[in-house]
Amino acid sequence: MAAALRCRELTVQGTTPGIETGAGFGPLTRHAPALTIAVLVGPILFGFLGTLLPAFGYLPGLGGMTFTLSHFADLTDVPGIWRSVGLSLVTGLVTTLISLLLLMLFVGGHLGGRLFGLMRRLLAPLLAVPHAATAFGLAFLIAPSGEIVRLVSPWLTGWSRPPDLFIIHDSMGLSMIAGLVVKEIPFLFLVTLAALPQVPHADSMRLGRSLGYGRVASFTYLVWPSLYRQIRLAVLAVLAYATSVVDVALILGPQLPATLPVRLIEWMNDPDLSMRYLASAGAVLQLLTTLAAIMIWLGLERLGGVLVAAFRDRGRRLARDGAARSLGLGGVALAALTIVAGILILAVWSVAGLWQFPDALPSSLTGRSWMRAVPRLVEPLTVTLAVATLSAGLAVLLTLLCLERENETRNSGGTRALMLLYLPLIVPQISFLFGMQYCAILGGLDGSLSGMVIAHLVFVLPYVFLSLSDPWRSYDRRYETIAAGLGMGRMRTVFRIRLPMLSRAILTAFAVGFAVSIGQYLPTVMIGAGRLTTITSEAVALSAGGNRRVIGVYAFLQTILPFLAFAIATALPGLLFRNRRGLRV
Amino acid sequence: MRIHTCLLSATLAAGLAWATAATAAEPDPSDWQSVTEAARGQTVYFNAWGGSENINAYLEWAGAQMVEQYGVTVVHVKLDDTANAVAKVLAEKTAGKDEGGSVDLIWINGENFASMKRQGLLLSPDWTTKLPNWQYIDYENKPTILTDFTIATDGLESPWGGAKLVFFYDTARTDSDGLPDSAEDLLAWAEENPGRFSYPQPPDFIGSSFLKQVLIEVIDDKSKLLKPVDEATFEADTAPLFAYLDKLNPLLWRGGKAFPQNYPDMKQKLADGELDIIFAFNPSEASSGIAAGELPDTVRSFTFSGGTLGNTHFVAIPYNASAKAGALVLANFLISPEAQARKQDPAIWGDPTVLSMDKLDAADRARFEALDLGIATLRPDELGPALDEPHPSWMEHIEGEWLRRYGAAN
Repeated sequence: MAAALRCRELTVQGTTPGIETGAGFGPLTRHAPALTIAVLVGPILFGFLGTLLPAFGYLPGLGGMTFTLSHFADLTDVPGIWRSVGLSLVTGLVTTLISLLLLMLFVGGHLGGRLFGLMRRLLAPLLAVPHAATAFGLAFLIAPSGEIVRLVSPWLTGWSRPPDLFIIHDSMGLSMIAGLVVKEIPFLFLVTLAALPQVPHADSMRLGRSLGYGRVASFTYLVWPSLYRQIRLAVLAVLAYATSVVDVALILGPQLPATLPVRLIEWMNDPDLSMRYLASAGAVLQLLTTLAAIMIWLGLERLGGVLVAAFRDRGRRLARDGAARSLGLGGVALAALTIVAGILILAVWSVAGLWQFPDALPSSLTGRSWMRAVPRLVEPLTVTLAVATLSAGLAVLLTLLCLERENETRNSGGTRALMLLYLPLIVPQISFLFGMQYCAILGGLDGSLSGMVIAHLVFVLPYVFLSLSDPWRSYDRRYETIAAGLGMGRMRTVFRIRLPMLSRAILTAFAVGFAVSIGQYLPTVMIGAGRLTTITSEAVALSAGGNRRVIGVYAFLQTILPFLAFAIATALPGLLFRNRRGLRV
Repeated sequence: MRIHTCLLSATLAAGLAWATAATAAEPDPSDWQSVTEAARGQTVYFNAWGGSENINAYLEWAGAQMVEQYGVTVVHVKLDDTANAVAKVLAEKTAGKDEGGSVDLIWINGENFASMKRQGLLLSPDWTTKLPNWQYIDYENKPTILTDFTIATDGLESPWGGAKLVFFYDTARTDSDGLPDSAEDLLAWAEENPGRFSYPQPPDFIGSSFLKQVLIEVIDDKSKLLKPVDEATFEADTAPLFAYLDKLNPLLWRGGKAFPQNYPDMKQKLADGELDIIFAFNPSEASSGIAAGELPDTVRSFTFSGGTLGNTHFVAIPYNASAKAGALVLANFLISPEAQARKQDPAIWGDPTVLSMDKLDAADRARFEALDLGIATLRPDELGPALDEPHPSWMEHIEGEWLRRYGAAN
């Protein structure tokens, strides 16, 4: 995604009005927007209905033919249910708040500086690391028997065995928040990078600085309000994700009780099948919880606005902001460091022989875990690659057609279209996946490759669109004007000029989609029906066994695949268009 | 509108399924020749818990044998909870998919079996006693083969392996003299060693089994456990159990505010030194762990002299399985002397056999006698008496009560 976002800045700003030259792609592009909306909204609507009806007691297969509110009454009787709701709500809000504040301090404090550029190069690839792998890595680092304690034991701590400390699965959800923050910072950072060019930040910063305001103050007073408006939907997506996440919560989250989404999955999987009503009612509660989190967030936005205004109107210069700048830098750097260290420790565990506490390194290395895993990896790996390639490819195709339609009509659909795009990212997956699974069974699509591609497409498409639309829209159309002036037809212009010039952005968007597909856990489990497994679903299933060596193998692979896709996306245009100087790497 | 189409397609699907069901003949296990012929070329989706590497590796071997010997492809669908597969079969029944289901064979016992049997989700009638290898099964001496958690198996599930609750400890850290010999002892041990014992969080199968072990030891009248739970006396019957847990839980690892996920997780924690006493349902779990480099070779086993829980685990075929013939052939292969001997080898898996040594011929018996059960495995005569599983309703009730009391412990 980074490269795509960087393209956004590198390409010439300001677009010239398009010129209509020759015929467009006709029906293909004309129907593309409608088709895209159907792909995004259809499954959500359908799935949500399939969740809503059982919640109110209607599930013919289980004999539920009458509508009732009793399942919601049962839900309120579940022990600790309100604590679960509260945990989801608070972890979601705290995660978003910490991620956003650290990011704001860092961007404000270092925008345009040397460290900013360094961090951009460091953080960008980290976005490709799946959530589950990040969570495993963090767990292997901070657990009482984890690497950090091992490194300082026993010489510093005197511990010859792990202390009985409550770190992973702690009841306040702190380690879960840490795992989420570490992963959300790179995401928000890259969204911010994409939005920055649309805000006159350099002039504003100069103005603020020249009036004696500190960096962070200048940024917060002058740049942040308009910048925040640009990244707001992405922030809400982070909030929604953090309130409804399953895989990270399973790996790091509290257990007694667990957060709401984890309990929903347990009920859904209960051998007592009547629990499905409860699970469906719980899914509705999850939707309300996420909604409540968004409402509270909107309140926090107001509060933040008032605070900033109060400081600004009193003319607080906050010139000595070294501490705040360091906090921002430290937080962001720590996030990056944690992800990298986590991946390294996963890699070491994957080749570890016997490795007892408090040894900092395994007493022997062995390829045994990999040798045992490889034959078993073939199938999930094939499915992972097939689903990721197909869903990302389809998403890129739909996006290109939609954007080309935009060129033809010069109508980008505005904010309403953007809202639709964010819909799958903001509505909690779990609230419509139950119903989607039910409908997939009815349509005979459960456990089929096409069903899984459709399910993944819902979540892949928004990211691909967001990643590709900016470079596409900021593409300097004067090239096309020149081409038209030289007598080139519309189709030819697109294929000979526009697509090659945007090839890197297109391939990067593909890689983004690929990475998103690889990271999908719930849609894979729900629609894959156990017949189709991916590296991610296998990794989370195996995590139940707690075998660090096996987890190391799967989580490491899970991380490597998106990196490969990004590497290919970066290298391919240079190879394909060797004869074009401007496209060389 | 959407729902309307949904229902319409459900009706259509059900209609189609009925039509195909009428034409496709069910395999008849008493005509074994025809079963193996029908099985050739089929793919069997074996839904089995996938949390243990040595079991997964064993199933790969079994899959390779099935291709070689019968031309049947086996796909191991790795579950993190068997209930998922039960839920899947039910979801299919719900959607009217009575043919061509996604689960062909399922690793099962206890409450999951009871649930599937009750809901009519299993292939019936009796097919297990018609399997050719049934002749070797030791049902005379292993009553849990015919009675799964007090529920009659009625030939709806085929035995696969035996299980007995066994405890493990590391002699490098823990003195073997002070080991507990009963649930009551264990509580005293935990008082002396706070934070060094725990059990997997119910409803994990092994965690719930620990609760049953304690219940059997502390309940006033053990015969109550053979019958379904009596709601009226449940609270009084389980009062000693929960009094015990009220005392034990604060002494557990992390003060009972978090629990291990399952027994492999406990195994990792024993290796890390977080836990001092762990347990599993497989007597050779420690030897396997040592062989796999997961545990140090100083780990040893012990049981309670008053007995520990024992049971049998099975495989069953859902009523709507796509590859019933293939599933029958696989179930039969899994109880062949060849497959059972390999399964009992701790270097492979170490799961106790369900076969009777007396019924085997000399060559097959020699396969079992040649096994080195491993340094940390107790001999069969050291395992102590086996306690019978209570009726499944006890497990469900205790799990519910446990969750109610401790599920929101924080």
